[in-house]
Amino acid sequence: MSSNPRKGAERSRIKGRTLLEIRDLKIEGESNDVWHPIVKGIDLTLRSGEVLGLVGESGAGKSTLGLAAMGYVRPGCRFVSGSVAFDGLDLLKTSEAARRAIMGSRIAYVAQSAAASFNPAQKIIDQTVETAVDHGIMSRSDAEADARNLFRMLHLPQPDSIGERYPHQVSGGQLQRAMTAMAMSCRPELIVFDEPTTALDVTTQVEVLAAMRDIVERFNTAAIYITHDLAVVAQMAHRIMVLRHGLVVEEAPTREILTAPKQAYTRSLWAVRKLRKAEEPGGDVLLRMRGVSAAYGTVPVLDDVSIDLPRGRTLSVVGESGSGKSTLARVITGLLAPSKGEVLFEGKPLSRALAGRDRETLRKIQMIYQSADTALNPRQRIGEIIGRPLELYLGITGKARDRRVVELLEMIELDERYVDRLPGELSGGQKQRISIARALAADPTLIICDEVTSALDQIVQEEILTLLMRLQRETEVSYLFITHDIATVRAISDHVVVMCQGRVVQQGLKSEVLSPPHPAYTELLLSSVPEMDPDWLTRLLDREKKTSRPG
Amino acid sequence: MHPVLRTALQRMGLSLLTLFLVSVIIFSSLAMLPGGFAETVLGQSATPETIAAFNHALGLDRPAYIRYFEWVAHALQGDFGYSYAGVGGSVKRSVADVIAPRLYNTFFLAIMTAIVAVPLALFLGVLTALYRNGWFDRIVNATTLTTIAMPEFFVAYVLMVLFAIKYRWFYSLSTIDPSTPFWEHVYRAVLPAVTLMLVTVAYMMRMTRAAIINLLASPHIEMARLKGISPAMIILRHALPNAWGPIVTVIAFSLAYLVVGVVVVEVVFVYPGIGQLMVDAVSSRDVPVVQGCTLIFAVTYIVLNLIADVIGVVTNPRLLHPK
Repeated sequence: MSSNPRKGAERSRIKGRTLLEIRDLKIEGESNDVWHPIVKGIDLTLRSGEVLGLVGESGAGKSTLGLAAMGYVRPGCRFVSGSVAFDGLDLLKTSEAARRAIMGSRIAYVAQSAAASFNPAQKIIDQTVETAVDHGIMSRSDAEADARNLFRMLHLPQPDSIGERYPHQVSGGQLQRAMTAMAMSCRPELIVFDEPTTALDVTTQVEVLAAMRDIVERFNTAAIYITHDLAVVAQMAHRIMVLRHGLVVEEAPTREILTAPKQAYTRSLWAVRKLRKAEEPGGDVLLRMRGVSAAYGTVPVLDDVSIDLPRGRTLSVVGESGSGKSTLARVITGLLAPSKGEVLFEGKPLSRALAGRDRETLRKIQMIYQSADTALNPRQRIGEIIGRPLELYLGITGKARDRRVVELLEMIELDERYVDRLPGELSGGQKQRISIARALAADPTLIICDEVTSALDQIVQEEILTLLMRLQRETEVSYLFITHDIATVRAISDHVVVMCQGRVVQQGLKSEVLSPPHPAYTELLLSSVPEMDPDWLTRLLDREKKTSRPG
Repeated sequence: MHPVLRTALQRMGLSLLTLFLVSVIIFSSLAMLPGGFAETVLGQSATPETIAAFNHALGLDRPAYIRYFEWVAHALQGDFGYSYAGVGGSVKRSVADVIAPRLYNTFFLAIMTAIVAVPLALFLGVLTALYRNGWFDRIVNATTLTTIAMPEFFVAYVLMVLFAIKYRWFYSLSTIDPSTPFWEHVYRAVLPAVTLMLVTVAYMMRMTRAAIINLLASPHIEMARLKGISPAMIILRHALPNAWGPIVTVIAFSLAYLVVGVVVVEVVFVYPGIGQLMVDAVSSRDVPVVQGCTLIFAVTYIVLNLIADVIGVVTNPRLLHPK
């Protein structure tokens, strides 16, 4: 290759030099044979060593812009106009080969889902050194030695041997750090982080954030950090750019934008976490679990779980992935028979297996899932989706059914225009509303909500949570709310159960559980939730240095 | 025990069970066939007494389940019985002796075809995936679809007209006997092999292409693109290793077809393979030979699918390298 990909690399590492300059960038995407704008004319300047946070709700064009910084658009999208100048070279006009020489070596990418972004058939070390070796930057043995060194810097366990494992053999948090090592292997001048911690638990997120921030600072790498989580970006970025509908709403240094946002939209993003429900203890117990244990085959998942859910109240079950939250829901709904203990519903024991429950019991316990995309039949129209439980459980048919469907749509703040649409035509938040309406159609006394807002951005999250609270006031329905998000717990709960490795660590009224003193695990969980303060992570890490983390 | 070994043993157990069921089906369906060997041999004028005597001599008057277990017990010892064709004559020919040379010829042709067809299909599959939707892809797809859409006897006659009659490069008939030297055998089998290649390459190539393209939308391929890896390397290193499962299944299916489904091509080129043998045996009600052939076909399918299953497991890193 005639052009050395490292040429200019050292020059552009000088602090304060303009590294990336995006001018009037327009990108379109295709759906149903129609091209519609995704990025509608954005300017962006990034200096070397600088970290820019890109914030906005889903569909704002954050990821598209982040990928465009590498001169890349996803299939089905196209550059319309503008320029992306990296170290003076317009990536949109240069040849494919020249762009490929820069990708991975001078601009690297860290994706959201590490598990999906690693080739399952190759060892981690092979993938980590691939770019450096392919681009002729390092010999294979040098690159491997360097990778082990990076693994050590990123605090991966057994840094000398972890590379010999396959991606599925390490945890999500470890894989995310391995991907950061992969991005760092050529010491790029710019890394694009695309929601790198969104899929992680809060406690893992802290470790990964700290490792990423440390290594970016150490090598003076510039970064674009894409996220919808403001508290996270506040820890990482020097400057924050707020995007909406493919346009820049506001851009300012981190502290300035956090303390004095100029635009109403930015202020509304900041305000999301203020949603609070006043807690009410509640009276008679609707659902009671007594000493429930359950297992998948021989793997124990729940261990002696006892909880009470009062009628008309919200019980939040909080914990990290693998804590047994969703298994709890499976036991209550009858999808998994418990190995020990019993579940009482309205004072009567529930049959352990689904087959032993009558239709009336099934009707009274409904579920809403995390991903409305997979929970709704893509080939059924909204009217059928909501109408089906009406026919099945309540025997409402014909005109009466159609009227009830419209009523239900109005309850979830949609209207009769949606009856004939397919799920694919709706936004993520609207689809989740349909899931809610489908659960409501059965006129249940208990709705189990399994991470129902986790896949939604914050503004839509708040709308859904507000809707759920309003419906509770109107229908006296009880919620068992499974979540890993403490902000959601604060917003909607009356009672809280903290779970860890299949056991209940703590339970009680929200005010009791969320205020000190906490058991060690609750403390860890609560302290790991990022706060809007840009110094939060630094303080947390300082505190941890003094007292080693429990856990 | 390593999970891969365990899975392999499980599949093997299932294969044996399948084989048992197949043997029952073969035996019972032949037993239910109207008209026996005796009627065929002795003709319409035969008296019931002669037929009964004939059947008694062959042991056909005993209950079916006894004959089944006898057949299985002998087959397990490698004895597939004697061809009825020799009954009454001085030379009794064992089924194994009848089938062996034909089977050798069939395997010869199948292996000869596969040696060229499988690598060619993989190569074309990878290339068409790499240059997908380009002119190369279109030409290869159109060509292979054409050859697969034409009946194989038609392909065979076209090849024969072109290369045996017009240009006289090859023989139009593949007459072969056990004394034919190896390379002469290869030479004479070229036209049937090419015919079979033309009809099997398309399947394997299109599955390779589809399995690879299916993976190209996955996030780890996008990651590889963003790492600046060249398109060819993306396919060879990141797509193909994850696509073996479906590809191997189709290859196994095509190979099985080369053994069990080639009777038409054999007839056209007068190639003495096992397909022709079986057709002849069926028309003369030579039940032991038909049973032997059918069993070989079943074993071929089962073994090839077993191999495909095991390869599918071995190429799955989650199963090969458990946590």
